[in-house]
Amino acid sequence: MLLIHCPYCEADHPELEFANAGEAHIVRPREMSNMSDEDFEAMFFIRDNPKGVSLERWRHVHGCGRFFNALRHTVSDTFLKVYKAGEARPSNDEIAKLIK
Amino acid sequence: MKNFSALSLAREAMRGHKGWEKHWRSPEPKKQYDIIIVGGGGHGLGTAYYLAKEHGLTNIAVLEKGWLGGGNTGRNTTIIRSNYLYDESAGLYNHSLNLWETLSQELNYNVMFSQRGVMMLAHNVHDVQSAQRHIHANRLNGVDNQWLTPQQAKDYCPPLNISKDCRYPVMGAALQRRGGVARHDAVAWGYARKASAMGVDIIQNCEVTGINRAPSGEVTEVETTRGTIGAKKVGIVAAGHTSVLMEMAGVRMPLESYPLQALVSEPVKPVFPCVVMSNAVHAYISQSDKGELVIGAGTDSYLSYSQTGSMHILQHTLDAIVELYPMFSRMKMLRTWGGIVDVTPDRSPILSKTPVKGLYVNCGWGTGGFKATPGSAHVFAHTIAKDAPHHINEGFTLDRFRGGRLIDEAAAAAVAH
Repeated sequence: MLLIHCPYCEADHPELEFANAGEAHIVRPREMSNMSDEDFEAMFFIRDNPKGVSLERWRHVHGCGRFFNALRHTVSDTFLKVYKAGEARPSNDEIAKLIK
Repeated sequence: MKNFSALSLAREAMRGHKGWEKHWRSPEPKKQYDIIIVGGGGHGLGTAYYLAKEHGLTNIAVLEKGWLGGGNTGRNTTIIRSNYLYDESAGLYNHSLNLWETLSQELNYNVMFSQRGVMMLAHNVHDVQSAQRHIHANRLNGVDNQWLTPQQAKDYCPPLNISKDCRYPVMGAALQRRGGVARHDAVAWGYARKASAMGVDIIQNCEVTGINRAPSGEVTEVETTRGTIGAKKVGIVAAGHTSVLMEMAGVRMPLESYPLQALVSEPVKPVFPCVVMSNAVHAYISQSDKGELVIGAGTDSYLSYSQTGSMHILQHTLDAIVELYPMFSRMKMLRTWGGIVDVTPDRSPILSKTPVKGLYVNCGWGTGGFKATPGSAHVFAHTIAKDAPHHINEGFTLDRFRGGRLIDEAAAAAVAH
């Protein structure tokens, strides 16, 4: 079981308190009816599924109930960083530094 | 290739089994093949076998990064059934079940296919309605499936607890009598042996690290840890690592990879006569011929390539097992392990051409690919050989997510399956 740091509660809690909510930083379009099939497929179905650093959303369902984002390595399952929803996506340089 | 027969077994028994040959050749990779299959599990080896047998194509290599059947082929709980809801799925999985019934004879290799019946439990009103809907749809599609009352379920599987005060009360069950189990390693080995005998090169410890394309777009070669190998066609059959491999060819996939766990108990005398699945509480159980209880658990909730899984997932499954089969409460569990399963948004597989010429993909089997091994391999071989799908896998395209024509077994089952 993972130990996850909630950036709102500022504490480590067991994974059972959290729900994974899939890939982070996918922007839901304002005018979905105007999207092309290609754009809709890319937004709704296509996923990075990286063997490496995953940018993903978690929700502290059995705690504060809030969504936040995390960087996690999908081979070691180690959390590299957590940050609040709405904060900017870490740059690739920053991600590369975290892996080292 | 030496055939197995009563005579050859008797002859070898008399002389200390010294005359058996290796089941498949292990040649050095050639510079160029007509077709390269990436992934030496059951689906990949089967694809090579059917390409050779049905389409007369033998200039083929199967590249495997580890050892044959060491991925999900050797990690699953070997359950075989075909009682899926939608027409496309029923067609594909029943095609597979038909091939299973003669596979041992066809391969001259005992895959220990045992049609002991697969029973799926219903624990609440929704389960009952969903199971009965499946049964009716299955019958219309010529797939055997029948409804059992709790007492009939217990008669079929005596260890089952059907008492009313059970935490997961049994309100009935759907039984597919043609379903069962098979020996997973033997499936990989049997296909490998026959394919190799027909001229297919099986190359283990050979990881694909790149897929190269011509300026006009088609695949030309794959880069591997054992050098660059040319190919006119490449079939990716790599389960959990499909996204990683397809990325090498510039194709992004509608897949997510999760760890799925299984475990086995200490071996005991025969106590469990069939396969029982409980989708609602994620507990799948059968007994191997060796006597171990083989138990399937659920997936973790997050992406991972770790080939392991969390303890609380196993605990949840074992809670349910002990509740449903109280006699197992003192059994010791011997081993647990995980495999990485690639899951599509509609929980149906992808057996398809891709936007890249000469590149084909067989993936997205999620938590239930083993049962489909022969059927999947058979229609995927057709897809590669003819550069067009077999009528059975016409619907299982990669671009169905663009057009919206999903085969939504996820909604049909409401759980992983």
